[in-house]
Amino acid sequence: MTVKPTMIEFRDVQKYYGDYHALRGINASIRAGEFFSLLGPSGCGKTTLLRTIAGFEGISSGAVLIDGKDAAQIPANKRPTNMVFQSYAIFPHLTVEENVGFGLRRAGLDKAEMGRRVGDALAMVGLTGFGKRAAHALSGGQRQRVALARALILKPKVLLLDEPLSALDKKMREQMQMELIKLQRQVGITFILVTHDQEEALVMSDRIAVMFEGRIAQLDDPETLYRRPKTRQVADFIGTMNFLPATVLSDTPDGCEVEVAGLGRCRIAADQAPPGGNGEETTVGFRPETLTILYDGQAAAARETPGTVEEVVYYGDMTYYDVKLDGVRAAVRLSMRNVPGRPVLDIGTRARVAWSPDALVLFR
Amino acid sequence: MTSGGMPRRMGRSEAASGLAMISPTASYAILLLAAPLALIFIYSFLTDGYLEIIRTFTFANYIEAWTNELYRVVMLRSLMVALAVTAATVLLAFPVAYFVSFYVDPSRKSLWLFLITIPFWTSYLIRVFLWKVILGYNGVVNSGLLGLGIISEPLQWINYNVGAVVVTLAHAYAPFAILPIFVALEKIDRSLLEAGQDLGESRFMTFLRVTLPLAMPGVVAAVLIVFIPTIGDFVTPQLVGGPEGRMVANLIQLQYLKLDNYPLGSAIAVSAMMIVTVASLFFLYLNRRYLRGPGS
Repeated sequence: MTVKPTMIEFRDVQKYYGDYHALRGINASIRAGEFFSLLGPSGCGKTTLLRTIAGFEGISSGAVLIDGKDAAQIPANKRPTNMVFQSYAIFPHLTVEENVGFGLRRAGLDKAEMGRRVGDALAMVGLTGFGKRAAHALSGGQRQRVALARALILKPKVLLLDEPLSALDKKMREQMQMELIKLQRQVGITFILVTHDQEEALVMSDRIAVMFEGRIAQLDDPETLYRRPKTRQVADFIGTMNFLPATVLSDTPDGCEVEVAGLGRCRIAADQAPPGGNGEETTVGFRPETLTILYDGQAAAARETPGTVEEVVYYGDMTYYDVKLDGVRAAVRLSMRNVPGRPVLDIGTRARVAWSPDALVLFR
Repeated sequence: MTSGGMPRRMGRSEAASGLAMISPTASYAILLLAAPLALIFIYSFLTDGYLEIIRTFTFANYIEAWTNELYRVVMLRSLMVALAVTAATVLLAFPVAYFVSFYVDPSRKSLWLFLITIPFWTSYLIRVFLWKVILGYNGVVNSGLLGLGIISEPLQWINYNVGAVVVTLAHAYAPFAILPIFVALEKIDRSLLEAGQDLGESRFMTFLRVTLPLAMPGVVAAVLIVFIPTIGDFVTPQLVGGPEGRMVANLIQLQYLKLDNYPLGSAIAVSAMMIVTVASLFFLYLNRRYLRGPGS
């Protein structure tokens, strides 16, 4: 696999609003053709960071490089980036095709060529035949598509998406997620998505930068991010994670020996346990789907712990159980697929819970 | 039948309560606006006699109003003065409204609007007199320039003419023009301006292609609010206009109160209203064509 060239580079980017320190030393590279997400809670600086790429926000120190050029020298209207705004920013006084063709004025195309390009862009987002509509007569999903077509028609090097799906309902959002992924593969442009929805980021991205309080906490591909979050904060933000107190017994280059409350003694591989001292009081985390309830008649697992079902949440395809493991103060959450022969358990049922040391992540 | 009767009865009572609600305003409007207007309209077709109005139908008043050189000149002057005042007011008001909307800190905007309305704290009449003081023979401008030795005798061309009327009216109507434009600018979603730049346009082109069209309803409102009252203004031309600056309202007053010619005065008034109507419709038409863009 060839490593793609860098499209966007942040070099120790700092941003102050008066006394407020919005971006606290951002260092990252975004590769050409990548679907990259900036994920974090509101106020973490993700939108500010996106706007520094677009040129709507200056930076206090550091540098933003777009395709190798220092962005500070390029005004917003000359940057090879286009943006899909959170509000879509569709011009209300123009028709759909005038909106989509807005940026083509400077290209000086004749009417026929202009019409053809606008038609192609509308076809790409599935809005063929909507060209003459007034902008205010569109639904939320259609406005979103107009905003996409309007940005992509200029063939930018980078497409910036500022929470573009947050205003849509769940069904529409999931459909647009798939369409955006397909569209990105088709056009091959670097997409940078800002979102607070961890599921959306996991579904769509090649790589994700998780941000908290103006810093990137972790930058990884979705699978690594989900399976090996580096901090408790990241683990807590992405999906559900159970935490149990643990004591480090011995720390070697190929792993850690830990004593986990309720689960007992086990070994965690080195890539899931950052190095640290022996005898340290720490935390281990594990995802709900890595625990399994063993039903009567099922063979014993290598590692299992008894417990009592405290809460049952039925989701249709899945059931979530909160199980209080013997010897652990707080209940852990686990999820089971609902398949035939696996009845939903009642509250108060005693259960055998199987787990695996491979699924444990150690946090320092 | 019963099932159909119910909603109809409800509808009637709703309409009745609606009528009851608007009836004070409606009767006010009918008695004090529509009725006098109708009377003037009727007068305009009657014949003037000595100390009485003869009830014979005639077009003679309109023919007189539209063919007599004197009346034509005054009407045309009124139209020109109103257009000049409108142009000056709106062109000067737009930058002020733009500044308050885009550059003033949001917490200070109401303070700015408050300051803009301060001229309204004194009566219109007093403001007109102030301009008389400023522009007069021994006024502020002349004594100032004389004192500085720039002129040797007072300027006479700055007062009692059309120019003085335009200046005075433009000052009087400035807040009327600023406020609707400000409201229209406030309503513009600021991300639209970012989108304009994001799509490759400079700030200036974004202003022309996004801000201005979206502010147009406010500009048109400002144009109508300034144009309609100024064309029929009576006090300003009377006080600072001099003989050269007489406008149509002064002419109507002359016919009614000095010459006692109610029918001709009415015909001139109705003609002036028609001119205002045509001019206003023309502004609306221009606005529509502008918004539809040059292509179509």
